[in-house]
Amino acid sequence: MNYIGEHLLPGQLGHFFAVLSLVASLVATIAYFKANKTALPDEKQSWLRLARMAFLTETISVLSIFLILYFLISNHYHEYYYAWDHSSRSLQQQYLLASFWEGQEGSFMLWSFWHCVLGWVFTWRVKKWEAPVLTVISFAQFCIATMLVGIYFFDTKVGSNPFILFRDQMGNMPLFANPDYLSFPRIKEGNDLNSLLQNYWMVIHPPVLFLGFASTIIPFGFAYAGLLNKDHSWTKPAISWACFSGAVLGTGIMMGAAWAYESLSFGGYWAWDPVENASLVPWLILIAGLHMNLIYKSTGYSLKSTYIFYIFSFSMVLYSTFLTRSGILGDTSVHAFTGADMTTQLVLFFLVFFVPVLILFFVRRKSIPTIRKEESSYSREFWMFIGSLVLFLSAIIIIAKTSTPVFNKIFETNIAPPEDPKFAHNQVQIFIAIIIGILTAVTQYLKYKDTPKGYFIKKIWLPTLIAVVCSGLISAFGNIDYTEKGIGYLVAIHVAIFASVYGIVANASYVWIVLKGKLKVAGPSVAHIGFALFLFGVLISSSKKEVLSENTTGINLFQKTKDQDPAENITLFKGIKTDMGKYDVTYLRDTANDFDRKKYFELKFESKDGINNFYLYPDVLQNNKGQEGFSANPDKKHYLDRDIFAYVTTWSGMAAKDDTASFRAAFIKAGDSTYYSNGIIILNKVQINPENFKHPVNAGETPVILDMTVIAKDGRKYPVQPGFAINMKDSTIRNLPDTVIAQSLILRFNKITDETTGAMQIGIKETQNLNDLMTLKVYQFPWIGVVWIGVIIMVIGLLMSMVQRIKKSKLSVA
Amino acid sequence: MKKMHIVALVLIAVAIAVLISFMGDVTTYDTIAVARQKPGKAVTLVARVDKSQPMEYDPVKNPNYLSFTALDTLGNSIKVVYHNAKPTDMEKSERIVLKGSVQNNEFECKDILLKCPSKYKDDKNATQKNLNASYEYIDSAKS
Repeated sequence: MNYIGEHLLPGQLGHFFAVLSLVASLVATIAYFKANKTALPDEKQSWLRLARMAFLTETISVLSIFLILYFLISNHYHEYYYAWDHSSRSLQQQYLLASFWEGQEGSFMLWSFWHCVLGWVFTWRVKKWEAPVLTVISFAQFCIATMLVGIYFFDTKVGSNPFILFRDQMGNMPLFANPDYLSFPRIKEGNDLNSLLQNYWMVIHPPVLFLGFASTIIPFGFAYAGLLNKDHSWTKPAISWACFSGAVLGTGIMMGAAWAYESLSFGGYWAWDPVENASLVPWLILIAGLHMNLIYKSTGYSLKSTYIFYIFSFSMVLYSTFLTRSGILGDTSVHAFTGADMTTQLVLFFLVFFVPVLILFFVRRKSIPTIRKEESSYSREFWMFIGSLVLFLSAIIIIAKTSTPVFNKIFETNIAPPEDPKFAHNQVQIFIAIIIGILTAVTQYLKYKDTPKGYFIKKIWLPTLIAVVCSGLISAFGNIDYTEKGIGYLVAIHVAIFASVYGIVANASYVWIVLKGKLKVAGPSVAHIGFALFLFGVLISSSKKEVLSENTTGINLFQKTKDQDPAENITLFKGIKTDMGKYDVTYLRDTANDFDRKKYFELKFESKDGINNFYLYPDVLQNNKGQEGFSANPDKKHYLDRDIFAYVTTWSGMAAKDDTASFRAAFIKAGDSTYYSNGIIILNKVQINPENFKHPVNAGETPVILDMTVIAKDGRKYPVQPGFAINMKDSTIRNLPDTVIAQSLILRFNKITDETTGAMQIGIKETQNLNDLMTLKVYQFPWIGVVWIGVIIMVIGLLMSMVQRIKKSKLSVA
Repeated sequence: MKKMHIVALVLIAVAIAVLISFMGDVTTYDTIAVARQKPGKAVTLVARVDKSQPMEYDPVKNPNYLSFTALDTLGNSIKVVYHNAKPTDMEKSERIVLKGSVQNNEFECKDILLKCPSKYKDDKNATQKNLNASYEYIDSAKS
C-alpha cells in the first residue's frame, strides 16, 4: 500500500547511523584495547589511528541520530512512533527537547552524546591514558548502541529503535488500512509530552544529569587503566575529572529536586523516592572516592579504597539505570519508567562493567602498593578516610533500602517499604549528616601525616567557639521543635544543626586563618561551606516546615482520630474569604490559558497583620497520555526567609469528566429559541466557515458554527458557538461542542432534521457540578533558599578545585 | 591490627546493624485477609478500587476525608479511610498501593500510591486501545 504523506528517508538514515554507531563503537573498543596492550610504538600508533577514526565515526553517527530524531520530533513526523508518542503539535516549542528525552531511547542518546564529548575532551587533555580509558568509553558506547538498534538476534529483540514507524510498531491496527492515516486527528496531533514534564526544568535537568552520569565513567576508566597497566600515576589527573563529575552530577541531581519542588505536588524537593536515591548514590560514592584519591596523592595511603570507590561509583550509575528503567520499581516509585522490555539488557550492562573490573581488582590487589605504617590519629588522612567511609556506607545503606524490589524478585519475598519511608531514611541519614558536618569542619585543620597538637588547638578553638555560640542561639531561639518523631530525633536535629553550622564557620575561618584569604586554593573550603550550608538549609526547612492550610472554616465535620491526622487541605469557595490561620485566602477566579494549556487559579492571600498580601497562581494541567484527570502544579511566594507554597488538591471542575448528566435533544432553527433550566437559548444564525472561529480547525476542514446566545433568568447574556467541522476529503464530521461555564451548560450540534427549513437537533447538557469550589494545600518552607544557595556554592567550590588541580598539573609538567 | 581497621570494622558493623534494624521497619505486601488478621500492624496492600461500591469524597463537607472500598486479587474487600485529599485520577488507576493498618475492620490508610496504566511511558496496549476506539468513532460518524 502507498501511504500518503510519509517521510521514510530520515528514519532509514537514522537507523543506518544507529547500526553504524554500534559497529564503530565495537571497532573503537577493540582498537583502543590493542593500542593499550601493544608496547611497540609504531604498532601502538597505527592501532590508535584506527581507534580514533572509529571513535570519530561513532561520534558522527551519534550526532546524526540525535539530529535526525530531533528533526522528526520538531517537524511532527508522526509516522514515526517516537515522534508521535512524545510530542504534539500544540506543545510549546521549548518543550520539544523535553519530548526528545521523555522516552528511554532519547535519554540513552543523551548519555551517549556526552560520552562522545567527554571522549574527545579526554583525548585532548590526557594523552597518556587515552587508549585504556577510551576503551572503556567506547565499550560503554557499544552497550548503549545495543539499546538503540532494535534488531532481532535469533528471536530476541535487542534494543528499541527510536526510528520505528508507527505502522510497524502497531501493525495490526485497523487504522493503518487507511493510506491517509496521517491525517487522522489523533495521529496528526500527537500523543503529547507527559503533562508533568512540561516544565522548563525538564529541558535543562536531564542534559546536566546525564553529563554527570556519563562523567563518572572517567574515574572508572582510570581505575580500570591503572589496574590493567599496573600504573597508579593516573590518580593525579583523575582528581580534576572527579571534581568535574561531582560538580555536574550534584547540579543535575539538585535540578531534579528543583523540578520536583516547582512542579510536582509532593510537597517538597526530596522524597527519598527510589529514582532520586538512584542518582544520589553514585554521587556520594564519587565524593568518597575523590577524598580517597586526595589522601593517596598526599600520603600514599588509601589507594585500594580509591580504586574500589571509583569502580563502585560508575557501577552504581549502571545499577541505577537498571533500577529506574527496567520497571522493577513500579510499586515503590512514583516516577520510574515502566515497561520491562529491556530488563535483561540492562542487567547485562551493569554486570559487564562491574564484574570484570572487580575480578581484575582482586587479581591485581597484591600489586597495589600499600603503606604498612599506621596513620596517626592526628593526621588529616585518618579522619578523611573515616569521612569517606561513612559517605560510602551511607550510600550503601540507601541503595540497599531502595533495592527491596530487587531483593523481592530474587528471593521471592514480599517486603514492602516501611510505613513512613522518608523517616526510615532520615533517621539514619541525620547521623551521617552529623558525622560528615563535624568532620568537614575539623579535618582541614589537621595536616597530612601528623599535626602538632598545639597548632591544631590554636587554630580551631575560635571557629569552634563561634559555631557553638551561633548554633546555640539558633537552637535556643529558632523555635525548632519538631517533636513528631520523638524527643530523640529532635535532639539529633539540634546536634545536626550544630554540625552544619560548625562546618560553615570552620571552613570559612580556614580560608582566613590558614589560607590567609587566598581564594585560588580555597576550592575545597568553598565546597565544604556549600555542603554544610546545604545541610543547614535541609535541616531548617524540613524541621520547620509548616502546614498553613489547616482547616479553620467551621465547615469541618471531620472527627479527629486518636492518631494524628494530616487535615492539610482547606476548602475554598469562589469569592468567599476563608480563614486559614495566619492568612485569609480568597479564591478569586480561574482562567484557562490556551497557550500552555493550563488552568490557573487566582488566590489572594491576606495576612492577619495586614502587611504581607500577595497573590498565588497555582495551576492544574489536564493529564494526557491515556490518563484522565489533572495534575497540579504548585505556585510559590518567595520571601528572603521562607517560601509559601500552595497547590490545588481537588477542584470541582475536575469531576465534570465523570458527571452523569446527559445531553437532552432539542429542535431548533435559525431565529428560534429553546429553554434550559435557568433561561433561554437563542439560535441567531448558522454560519459556514466564519472568520473568527475560536476552535482550531485542521487543514481541509470546513467549520460550521451555530451562533447562539444564552440569556439567563437574571438577564445576563452569554454568546456561545457550538458547531462542527466537515472534512471535505473523506467527509468525516468532527463535533465541536461549546460551554457556558457560568451556567454549567454544554451545547452541541446533533444533526440536521430538515434540510429545506434548516431545522436541526441540538444537544443541551446541564451539569450538576459546582464550578466554584476547590481544595488547597499550603505549606511554608522556611529558609529553603539556603538549600539552593548551599548547592550552588558547593558546585562553585568543586569547580574551583578542578581549576586549581588543572593549573597545578600544568605547572608540574612545565 | 591497625586503629584504622578497627574503626572501619566498627563502621561497617554499624551499617549492617542499621540495615538489620531497617528490616524491622519494613512492612510486607499483604492480602486483605492477612491484613485483617493483624489489626494495628502496618501493612502494604496492593489492590484496586471496587467501582461497584460508592466512593465518598465531598470537599464541601470535609476535604480531608476519603473513603472507598478496596478489592484485592483474591476477591476480598475492605473499606478504606484516608484522611487526606482524594488523589486525582484515582478512579482511573488500575492498581493502587495502600499503606496503613486495619483498625476496627476498616483500613486506616496513611498513603496511597496510584499505579496508572503508565506514568511516563505509555503502555502500548492502552495506547492502541485508545486509538482504535477513537478511530472506530470517526468511522461510524462517516457512515
